[in-house]
Amino acid sequence: MTDSPGRLGTPPPDRQDDVPSPCASTEPVVVDARGLLCPAPVIALAKAARALPAGSRVTVLATDPAARADVPAWARMRGHQALETTEDGEHLVLTVLLGPGAAR
Amino acid sequence: MTLERVVLDGGGRAPLLPAAREAFLAALDEGWADPRRLHSEGRRARALLDGAREALAAAIGARTEEVDLAPSHTAALHTAVSTVALGRRRVGPDVVVSAAWSTADFAAARGGGTRVTVPVSRTGRVDDEAFAAALARPGVALAALQHANGEVGTLQPVAAAHAAARAAGVPLLVDAGASLGHVPVGDAWDLLAADPGDWGGPSGLGVLAVRAGVRRSPDRPADEDRWFPGGVSVPAALAAAVALEAALADLAEADAHRRRLVARLRETVPARVPDVDVAGPDDARLPHVLTFSCLFVDGEAVVTALDAAGFAVGSGSACTSSTLEPSHVLAAMGVLTHGNVRLALPRGTRDADVDRFVDTLPGVVRQLRARLGVTDL
Repeated sequence: MTDSPGRLGTPPPDRQDDVPSPCASTEPVVVDARGLLCPAPVIALAKAARALPAGSRVTVLATDPAARADVPAWARMRGHQALETTEDGEHLVLTVLLGPGAAR
Repeated sequence: MTLERVVLDGGGRAPLLPAAREAFLAALDEGWADPRRLHSEGRRARALLDGAREALAAAIGARTEEVDLAPSHTAALHTAVSTVALGRRRVGPDVVVSAAWSTADFAAARGGGTRVTVPVSRTGRVDDEAFAAALARPGVALAALQHANGEVGTLQPVAAAHAAARAAGVPLLVDAGASLGHVPVGDAWDLLAADPGDWGGPSGLGVLAVRAGVRRSPDRPADEDRWFPGGVSVPAALAAAVALEAALADLAEADAHRRRLVARLRETVPARVPDVDVAGPDDARLPHVLTFSCLFVDGEAVVTALDAAGFAVGSGSACTSSTLEPSHVLAAMGVLTHGNVRLALPRGTRDADVDRFVDTLPGVVRQLRARLGVTDL
């Protein structure tokens, strides 16, 4: 029985945001939010967007049907542009172009 | 300390008006019997039921024989769609509806028909030209439009839709489920559905008025109550009629009062809570309905937290529905669907109730966002 305060019985430290490193290429950054329920896909997207400059494209993959409405709504509220929504088998593929309000 | 409850979720199920409660209790004594029976007790129940139907018809602006009572508002809508689709099957099987309406109500149109959906604007109003064009195509059995949307409050262009429907020879079903008792519903309809639970009457009852001349066929086995086999509760019918008379008697006053409260909420909520998406138009709306969505917030969590703080509110968020599908209305309008709070102020909502709500909401949302670690997004 080792006593290890700060490990057992306390919540794990905040996970590092799943933010891919921004790169100069024009390939969109992909956020995999499959299996997450609202509002989690939009939160994952917003966390990724925070680290990216204006003009970046972010693609989010989601199985939650609410993402179809909520990703474009988030983009509108934040001054980004929802580019397209497609379906790939079981999940949605939504791409957003980050506007001047990115990295807020 | 017990917290006084504030009910702000009157849509479709408002607190029973005092006059309706009284009428219901009286009718339990006087109208308990089966109105189809020929004895004195049955005839007394029949008289109460006929009186209720007559009063409801007068309030709607219909003839008594045009009004039928249904076991629920949903049943009234389903029967309207399925019986007209059956009656007009030679014309065609299609049903034209606005996108701001759930699919379930139109699953009733069977027989290979298509549900033709007309889009709505950002404020939830149907495009009346697109609606007119859709119903003028061949093969349309029925067109259906809400008088106003009960989630966001948007009034629909029913007069223009009715004119177009008449020109095309297609009957128009108007769902006044969220309007009747709150705003005048007018006479631009061929079939009208209404919801007593929404205007402060009892639940377990619906109203369907159908103009003479609308072709329809029963889709159920023959019954003395042709359109809704088995009939309805006499006390519920009487209480519904009494509630509607009471609601119409103070319609203008209740409209002005609640419109003022909703205007204050529309202004205060986005000013005091960051990142809120308010839905619906500033005007051309129901007086008592307001919906807004809080970015990065779970709809179920916000309803539960407000409940703990003393408020009953509704929500159109997916996580508050059993299907994981968000509100069709919000999605069709392009409004954020998560973190949704839906208010329908019952008659008699006080200024102090709204004050307490706008004082409570910012802290509730702030806490929920802090818990999710999204404060700086």
